[in-house]
Amino acid sequence: MSAPFRLEGGGRIDRTRTLHFTFDGKPYAGFAGDTLASALLANGVHLVGRSFKYHRPRGIVAAGSDEPNALVSVGSGPRFTPNLRATQVELHDGLVAQSQNHWPSVNFDLGALNDLFSPLFPAGFYYKTFMWPKSAWKRFYEPKIRAMAGLGHAPTLPDPDSYAQRYAHCDALIIGAGPAGIAAALAAEAHGARVILCDEEAELGGSLLAERKGIIEGKDASAWLADAVAKLRQSPKVRWLSRTTAFGYFPHNMLGLAERMTDHLAAPADGRPRERLWQVRAKEVVLATGALERPLVFPDNDRPGIMLAGAARQYLTRYAVKPGSRAVVATAHDEAYRAALELAAASVEIAAIVDIRQDMPGPWAARARAAGLRVLPSTTLCATSGRHRVSRVEIAPCGSDGKIGARSRLDCDLVLMCGGFTPTIHLFSQARGKLRFAEKLNAFLPDGGAENLRCAGACRGIFGLESAIADGVAAGEAAARDAVGGRVEAVHAPVPLSEDGGGGRLEPLPNHRSPHRVKAFVDFQNDVTAKDVKLAVREGFRSIEHIKRYTTTGMATDQGKTSNMNALGIAASALDKPLPTVGLTTFRMPYTPVTFGAFAGSARGELFDPVRVTSTHEWAKVKGAVFEDVGQWKRARYFPVKGEDMQRAVARECQAVRQSVGLFDGSTLGKIEIVGPDAAEFMNRIYVNPWTKLEPGRCRYGVMLREDGSILDDGVVGRLAADRFHVTTTTGGAVQVLNHMEDFLQTEWSGLDCWLTSTTEQWAVIAVQGPESRKVLERLVEDIDLSSAAMPHMSVRQGHICGVPTRLFRVSFTGELGFEINVPADYGRAIWEAVFDAGFSRRITPYGTEAMHVMRAEKGYIIVGQDTDGTVTADDVGLSWAIGKAKKDFVGKRSLARPAMTDADRKQLVGLLPENPELVLEEGAQIVADRQSAIGQKMIGRKMMGEKMIGHVTSSYFSVALGRGIALAMVAGGRRRMGETLCVPMPEGVIKAVVTNPVFLDPEGKRLDA
Amino acid sequence: MLLIDCPFCGKRPELEFRYGGEAHIARPDDPSEFGDKAWGQFLYGRSNQRGMHAERWRHVHGCGRFFNALRDTTNDRFAATYKIGEERPALPEAQGAVEA
Ligand SMILES: [Zn+2]
Repeated sequence: MSAPFRLEGGGRIDRTRTLHFTFDGKPYAGFAGDTLASALLANGVHLVGRSFKYHRPRGIVAAGSDEPNALVSVGSGPRFTPNLRATQVELHDGLVAQSQNHWPSVNFDLGALNDLFSPLFPAGFYYKTFMWPKSAWKRFYEPKIRAMAGLGHAPTLPDPDSYAQRYAHCDALIIGAGPAGIAAALAAEAHGARVILCDEEAELGGSLLAERKGIIEGKDASAWLADAVAKLRQSPKVRWLSRTTAFGYFPHNMLGLAERMTDHLAAPADGRPRERLWQVRAKEVVLATGALERPLVFPDNDRPGIMLAGAARQYLTRYAVKPGSRAVVATAHDEAYRAALELAAASVEIAAIVDIRQDMPGPWAARARAAGLRVLPSTTLCATSGRHRVSRVEIAPCGSDGKIGARSRLDCDLVLMCGGFTPTIHLFSQARGKLRFAEKLNAFLPDGGAENLRCAGACRGIFGLESAIADGVAAGEAAARDAVGGRVEAVHAPVPLSEDGGGGRLEPLPNHRSPHRVKAFVDFQNDVTAKDVKLAVREGFRSIEHIKRYTTTGMATDQGKTSNMNALGIAASALDKPLPTVGLTTFRMPYTPVTFGAFAGSARGELFDPVRVTSTHEWAKVKGAVFEDVGQWKRARYFPVKGEDMQRAVARECQAVRQSVGLFDGSTLGKIEIVGPDAAEFMNRIYVNPWTKLEPGRCRYGVMLREDGSILDDGVVGRLAADRFHVTTTTGGAVQVLNHMEDFLQTEWSGLDCWLTSTTEQWAVIAVQGPESRKVLERLVEDIDLSSAAMPHMSVRQGHICGVPTRLFRVSFTGELGFEINVPADYGRAIWEAVFDAGFSRRITPYGTEAMHVMRAEKGYIIVGQDTDGTVTADDVGLSWAIGKAKKDFVGKRSLARPAMTDADRKQLVGLLPENPELVLEEGAQIVADRQSAIGQKMIGRKMMGEKMIGHVTSSYFSVALGRGIALAMVAGGRRRMGETLCVPMPEGVIKAVVTNPVFLDPEGKRLDA
Repeated sequence: MLLIDCPFCGKRPELEFRYGGEAHIARPDDPSEFGDKAWGQFLYGRSNQRGMHAERWRHVHGCGRFFNALRDTTNDRFAATYKIGEERPALPEAQGAVEA
């Protein structure tokens, strides 16, 4: 297969390596060194996709990461990847690529009807058209719009590749390996700096890769580049990263780089990561990110075959591809002349150079004329035609007043456009650098940064090869000096800014047609036209941030690389305001899209989040336990036997505890050891409870508040000695509570002499609960008298169980006689099994968190975070008895005296019994006072609900012990309402429930001493 | 990611730290002497500084210590970090100035 548009010689491709690939199922061939875009152009393929909104035929516009149109899907099966820029997809043998956003084919696309109906799709059409009726949005508009508009399809299979992540430090990170970046890297290295140089392309060189005639330091540009790259590769101080996009600039000179490692290979070696995410902390950063050429805005400027002049030059010189046979060049800048001359030299016929400018101050127009090219100053391009490829343009003379003269037609198959250059300041702006608008350049330039960075070359408005190199040298030296220290003298000065290069044009080219009928595209990827931007201004939008969102200009995956400045120019002139006052939209990371895989790295599957298991986890697994996630913990929820469902298993487990004895793993409870001469004083200040008089060997249920008076956490505390407390917290609150305690100890009461140590992981906790629990433990505990007289409820003893040291608590979260055995975690499984064996004859039953929840609710014990939220005080949940009234101060005390905290209508904890005992209320359900408001709530909606809602259900279960559904609820003035019937409106109807004491079972607590 | 200079450990990445809100809001020795308004101000009133902000950090995944820092909220640069109990360091005028 011969590619018809490939030149005989030249380019940086390897003609000895032919690569075969398919595009939309059709086979083609290219060479090593090609991108998908250059290989398609070599084969004469310009139509590569359909546009987002109007489904217009689109071709290749650019040659790099700024490409807005040529988004393709690559690969198949699990490696299918949508929305890749064909200009950045490196060709490899066997590559399979598809165009996107069309049905049934890119040549015949039904969605193109959108283009005919485009008057229906003005700016903001989503907001205007689909407002009513509300239900139609969900049923009709949204699915249709989603199906019609859109880019490639998401892959459907799990990603089979792995992704690596690395951290790196360096003296100078240099971003962009064009002439300025390479010069900076060489200079920084020569001055002793450790350098990282990265570039998004496969080859280092940037614009030098398409440089034909330039001479650098007396050498041919390509020879200079080869020498420079060899030098950098040999230096032990330089790490160079190609195919690596610096996508984000984070505070304190931390940059994110995404390195693509295998996508360019036909057969990646197994186990090699597909991408590598670098997090680089650089002492100094040099941004040498270059500038992007701007399209011109003229009617139907989006036909395939219309491309940026610089892109055409790149295809010609770097890839030896003729992008067409007969070209019209439309320009507002000198740079297009260079492209015209080089294309002409490669025997592309130049029909005309159409320059909107009256004067061309530079030497280029004269050079073009000398080469025999037809140069037309003060001329506009006012129309194009051609269905799947541009075939003709209309041009007309145009004065500075915008008046159009007689039109004439030119046949062509290629239109080159150059509207000027936009410095690539994305990373600089992400670093919160300040910008200033350079009038003559029509460009925002870096003007003082917040980070340790400097810009070099075109990204700060320094154009031209010689200047870029000199500027890069100066930046590299200065970076090395600042990073390495005083030993280095920077001898070269940055190149002074010359603004004579020309600013191009930020406004549409004038044309003769009705502005309502013209589509002159500004944002190709999101199908936004000049008309849309003007409409937004007419409709009253003033800020560019609002215009952007209303029209969606600049909001596509290319983030407006080619379109933002044109949109801004059009908006400024429509508003009749100077451009800088209209503002510039915010640059956000990533510079180009980054895969989720790169961010996730190894944090997927089992490694997504650490899993915490207790010492009995494996035992529970063997017993068939069903687990639930509590934070990072896996907790056994219930232990089904013989195919039981949860309800039956929980009923059986509860019954066993109430009638005999149960076994529960409470190891996930947070545990903190508080030790020191001032331990009791610290406890007095942190908890609402008094601690001074608590004797060693006794326990107390402790409640702690935030300073604002709301409950922070609760848990049983054992005093082991005068100066030693064993504190327990909720499972989820452990970290927060320790932080809270450390905060006060370190910052407010640093005079207190005590220490806090987390012991959560050190102790396994085995709860043995039920009337038979003492009898089971008596056989195992050696040196502790378990009798009620010797060890009453709420006491703690230290001794041994099966020879293992233990802290044995007599406590109960079930309402039954109960103990909690604390043993060093390594012994947890052994002691658990010993207890289980010892209880065998009493049918000891392991129970899970669900039964634990039911039993504590039967006793009205709250769970902090379930029955409380950040607004609930101790009194609200009936815990004011715990407060040490004699204490002068504790954290949260003052707040309890604020007027709102003592309001009688505050929500208070109550029990709720549904009138129908079979019913179990839904947790979170709203509560209203009577049936009338329940119905009103349903009919009138949100507002009524806000007025009449008096509470909500916090916990609800079916209690086997009581033979009915029970619930805990927070209800306004709840304690006044005992015996009242309230209503719980549910979708199926209103449920009536009676307010009761929250302690449903054994309110006298007799069972604790069974 | 911020690079934070723990006064006990040296420079460490932000991931190791936990933010602790505005600094130098001392808890009164006897809160009961505070009226409702003053107490409300103590609980919720914060300067929300644009510019140099004195704030608390805890090196929670390191030494565990709380400390104070001066950070310019306009550019995230730290002007100083210092131990709890130490006075807020004086800064040269230009550094402490709030940009208009
Ligand atoms: Zn530290």
